[in-house]
Amino acid sequence: MQLFNELKTLGHKHIKADKKAGEKVPSGMWIACPKCHQSFYHKDLGIYQVCPNCEYGFRITARERLKWLVDSFSEMDDSLKTTDPLKFPNYQKKLSKARIQTGLNDSVLTGMAKIEDQRLALGIMDPAFIMGSMGTITGEKITRLFERATRQRVPVVLFTSSGGARMQEGIFSLMQMAKISQAVKRHSEAGLLYITVLTDPTTGGVTASFAMQGDIILSEPRVLVGFAGKRVIEQTTHQKVPSDLQDAERVLEHGFIDAIVARKDIKNKIAWLLELHSKGSDVNG
Amino acid sequence: MVSLLDKKKTAAQIVANARSEEKMSAYELIDGIFSEFMELHGDRLSDDDAAIVGGVAKFNDTPVTVIATNKGKSAEERLRTHFGCPEPSGYRKSLRLIKQAEKFRRPVIAFVNTAGAYPGKSAEENGQGEAIAHNLLEISSVKTPVISMIYGEGGSGGALALACGDRVWMFENSMYSVLSPEGFAAILWKDSSRADEAADVMQLTPEKLLEQHVIDGIVPESRSHKRVFKAVKKILQKELTDLEKLTSSELIEKRHQRFRQF
Ligand SMILES: [Zn+2]
Repeated sequence: MQLFNELKTLGHKHIKADKKAGEKVPSGMWIACPKCHQSFYHKDLGIYQVCPNCEYGFRITARERLKWLVDSFSEMDDSLKTTDPLKFPNYQKKLSKARIQTGLNDSVLTGMAKIEDQRLALGIMDPAFIMGSMGTITGEKITRLFERATRQRVPVVLFTSSGGARMQEGIFSLMQMAKISQAVKRHSEAGLLYITVLTDPTTGGVTASFAMQGDIILSEPRVLVGFAGKRVIEQTTHQKVPSDLQDAERVLEHGFIDAIVARKDIKNKIAWLLELHSKGSDVNG
Repeated sequence: MVSLLDKKKTAAQIVANARSEEKMSAYELIDGIFSEFMELHGDRLSDDDAAIVGGVAKFNDTPVTVIATNKGKSAEERLRTHFGCPEPSGYRKSLRLIKQAEKFRRPVIAFVNTAGAYPGKSAEENGQGEAIAHNLLEISSVKTPVISMIYGEGGSGGALALACGDRVWMFENSMYSVLSPEGFAAILWKDSSRADEAADVMQLTPEKLLEQHVIDGIVPESRSHKRVFKAVKKILQKELTDLEKLTSSELIEKRHQRFRQF
């Protein structure tokens, strides 16, 4: 009984801590890692915003990630705006707030980039834009990214981070999964490389489509990767789920992730993989 | 209980009807529409999911591949199928059968009635997300016609994984949505009791979805199962005739355009 209570308390703490993962690091403050629960002075997280103890990468905006990820970048489709297909109450207000917060028109930043002189089509989802949820513009930007990459015969690298579907866009959010998947397929059939990098959190419809469609699937350490929410699983099955069920490390053990790469090493790893695949692509072209 | 036959129904009534106990089971539907159905089991990897029934049959003498999500009739069967919520192995079985259909140039007919992919511990461990993602990827370029009919609930990615082909029809008393109205109300308004209101906002009825080109048509329902079968057969016959006129590349290009518009 005592053990059960302890477990329950731990689980509760974990859920609470996970919620905090969405909050921005307040400057000049001590910050607790939502994964290992150790506290650090904010400057200790460094430019990569990584926990010095467990290597968990704190949630950062797409533009923050871009700063250290690429050598050059030209943004695409930065003025597309959703038609708000359900005319959902207060949605426009929510969108305006998210746009100001992230400097993006929707939950993904896309463009053509260079990493160590190698061209790639790059997409970075932003967890701060309505929880990285997938709206019609998210889907359209990613689809166009794959279409351009197919035309120009370049690889695609996509950083995923998403709470799932954009509820305010209803069925149109769902349709993005099919739309993007066909663009991924055409890019793949052209013999081109697609790398996904899972970042915290990658869930729902994004996991059930392009996050899991990469030729190579990388993940940052201790990322939440799953399809269904933990609470939904517990309510449906009436069973408590292990707190690490959807940790990238466990998902790797089950065979769905190729490698876990620390945030500071991501750029080099991508550069190396692009170089490794550059010959094959030439032959096909 | 609102009659299935009432002409003007609210979105909430359609949701109730879509979930009604009176709905046909997957096997009743298959027996009513096809002849000589032979069930083919298993995903060839690890499992055979009872929530997705698949196999080969004849449709007016033409060989077809049939796939249907199954909620089950008895309590035991409902437990086994998780009330029609597929495990990853269910999606893998369906994809195996679709690739088999492609090899032998058989059209695929899929019937969908699921609240969604099963949210469970083992489903997560076995890659529920990957299984659906793989269906979406592969079905997008499969070289044989794929026609789907939502006959009850069409819940989220778990339904889309079997409704991403050339045509999607819905029964008059069915719904198709990104999540349940209860879930929608709980997430957006922190109040799951506002599900009826959510159902209205979500535009999950066949009529609304037809207007938005999410679906291609509505199957009229009636109390007589025979009449429903007759209606389904007539629609399938016409769709198959149309789709079989296309070359493989035309078929795939049109399928691409169907989803590219969103
Ligand atoms: Zn830590």
